[in-house]
Amino acid sequence: MKIRVERDGLADAVAWVARSLPSRPPVPVLGGVLLDAGADGGSDALTVSGFDYEVSATVGVPATIADGGRTLVSGRLLADITKALPAQPVEISVDGARASITCGNARFSLPTMPVEDYPQLPAQPDLAGEVTGEAFAQAVTQVAVAAGKDDTLPMLTGMRLEISGSNLTLVATDRFRLAMREFSWSPAEGLADAAVLVPARTLADAAKSLGASGATVQVGLASGDGLLGLAGSGRYTTTRLLDAEFPPYRQLLPAQHTSRAVLQVSALAEAIKRVSLVAERGTQVRLEFSEGTLRLSAGGDDEGSAEEELPVDYEGESVTIAFNPGYLVDGLGALHADRAELTFTTPNRPALIKPADENGDVVPGYLYLLMPVRLPG
Amino acid sequence: MFVSNEGPILHADLDAFYASVEQRDDPRLRGRPVIVGGGVVLAASYEAKACGVRTAMGGGLARRLCPQAIVVPPRMAAYSAASKAVFEVFGQTTPLVEGLSIDEAFLDVGGLRRIAGTPTEIARTLRADVAEQVRLPITVGVARTKFLAKVASGVAKPDGLLVVPHDGELDFLHPLPVERLWGVGRVTAEKLRTRGITTVGQVARLDETSLVAMLGKASGRHLHALAHNRDPRPVQVGRRRRSMGAQRALGRRQRSPGELDAMVAGLADKLARRLRAAHRVCRTVVLRLRFGDFTRVTRSHTIAEATDHTETILGTARILLAAALPTIEREGLTLIGLALTNLDNDGAVQLALPFDERSGSALDSTLDTVRDRFGSAAVTRATLLGRDPGISVPLLPD
Repeated sequence: MKIRVERDGLADAVAWVARSLPSRPPVPVLGGVLLDAGADGGSDALTVSGFDYEVSATVGVPATIADGGRTLVSGRLLADITKALPAQPVEISVDGARASITCGNARFSLPTMPVEDYPQLPAQPDLAGEVTGEAFAQAVTQVAVAAGKDDTLPMLTGMRLEISGSNLTLVATDRFRLAMREFSWSPAEGLADAAVLVPARTLADAAKSLGASGATVQVGLASGDGLLGLAGSGRYTTTRLLDAEFPPYRQLLPAQHTSRAVLQVSALAEAIKRVSLVAERGTQVRLEFSEGTLRLSAGGDDEGSAEEELPVDYEGESVTIAFNPGYLVDGLGALHADRAELTFTTPNRPALIKPADENGDVVPGYLYLLMPVRLPG
Repeated sequence: MFVSNEGPILHADLDAFYASVEQRDDPRLRGRPVIVGGGVVLAASYEAKACGVRTAMGGGLARRLCPQAIVVPPRMAAYSAASKAVFEVFGQTTPLVEGLSIDEAFLDVGGLRRIAGTPTEIARTLRADVAEQVRLPITVGVARTKFLAKVASGVAKPDGLLVVPHDGELDFLHPLPVERLWGVGRVTAEKLRTRGITTVGQVARLDETSLVAMLGKASGRHLHALAHNRDPRPVQVGRRRRSMGAQRALGRRQRSPGELDAMVAGLADKLARRLRAAHRVCRTVVLRLRFGDFTRVTRSHTIAEATDHTETILGTARILLAAALPTIEREGLTLIGLALTNLDNDGAVQLALPFDERSGSALDSTLDTVRDRFGSAAVTRATLLGRDPGISVPLLPD
């Protein structure tokens, strides 16, 4: 193999692929990046790929190919090297068990790993539909915030994707909160309705990196093989679906409320962060709603205490409800709106947070359910 | 004003507790060497200790040291009852009782001079009350600080009373061997001994800097303070536990994953019930293992929100056990234990979405009620039916 590529294109491609590689690969080859220079000399003649049986990433880079071939080198090392190279064309050649990289006056020689031991990259699943990258990235981010991080409860580390015609619904929950986003997309012709569970963190990473380029994202699905594919701007990723049952959640979404408050998101979030400084282990902030006023308080007699009042549009009886301040701020941040509607019934029942417009009306499409903290007594 | 020269702190410590209970309940054992526990020595009477038998010693060695000893199986329920009775006597003596373990406590009697007499008089009464009401020997140390009171009771054992007057503290302390200092074990004592330091007085003559250089920061400062008899800690009532644990020693026989799972379930049941009874919640579950070669490891997992839910605790313990099974299979297992740490009061609880019917607290509270009324064995898991539940070591109330 002997090729010449532009430094920036190569560095971006390797950085993107190396991001999804495991930091401590179970076998060395899975920490590698596969460089595949096609013999046909096409425009994206070099493909850079990584795969660890969970996630695959492939991107094409324009290259001049003198001699086609494939090689496997340490992904982390290659990413560090390409990032540091000067802005000049890069020559990569493989001779026996070593790959050499030359750029300007800099020269590197890396050991290669046996390509034969590298797993077969999964094929990109069939197209299920398309959505703009930006909208997709925002939706995934809004929902991923509620996903569980505890690997001992695998079904809660996933994000559920429900496809129903031109409607796409994303849901995640860690049992203490649940985020749900509904939006429309362009489904592929003849697509059957489906629901799959995707590792939330992987999906969030992939959606963010594809959405940033501003292009359209193609979503592919191969439920039979347990794969989800995302593609955009010449980048392709697949992720293994979680083989777990997402808990039935629809019947747990509160259908009605007895209290409703509309608040300024930034003012509320800042007040919560201030007040919860005294909350022991950050466990709870109390919200006392009464007509026109929301009183936030935290802490108690044995520790420091703090309180702050905010104006609020409130309908309902006076009530005190407590939340984990971190979860509450997460939810407010995920709204992507200036105002928020908060609805609930009693202090021990779930509360709903939704984005609202200037008139205080709900902007449909997103909800963040938050379970309260039960106060003693 | 009268200035007291003694007290106000009492350290009361039952002598060879398990063995004393056995001697109390069986007249044939009195005055004879008694060892409680066949496998490992759980307790030894003073007659057995005279032959060199020590707690936690292997049973074989103990019998070789003291062939005439009578070995009896432990009766945990009896010890638990005796401990309760003794703590009742403590409670009658003063409201300020800080239990250290089931057979040992600090009592602050400073405010009782007018109603109950001097600390020495109170200590005498306490010993007489325990002897009369519970019929067990107890040693009491009386001093100005907790540390000194504990040292005094250690020196006065068995069945003794030692008062360290305020003007005689250093005279009492300095001739003692360094091992009497709290926190000086074999390793520290050896470090000091190699430098020719064997008494507390010698430690006191060193400055703090050189002690820190010898033993490290924490140990050095600690010993420096103790050797100068500085111990400002008050007697604390209702001090909260920082963890709850239970464990089972196993023989060398290979155990199937099913057996281990049943044991973990039994431990989780027991601990979760204790946790709820103490109105506490935990966030971290620790699995303790001791392998065939007696090396120990712990594996722990911290969950997102504090819980007192048996299924959640057991689920976490099972994941830890599953991850450890290959090692257990290879190395063999001689002890399995579970501990709940990261404890907090159950005052405020983060509620969770009720995804399945077992996620609620209904089952736990029902089982707790049944067991409180009809005993721990009234309800059990099907996997635990007919299995030896292991011994329950009596504990201080949480």
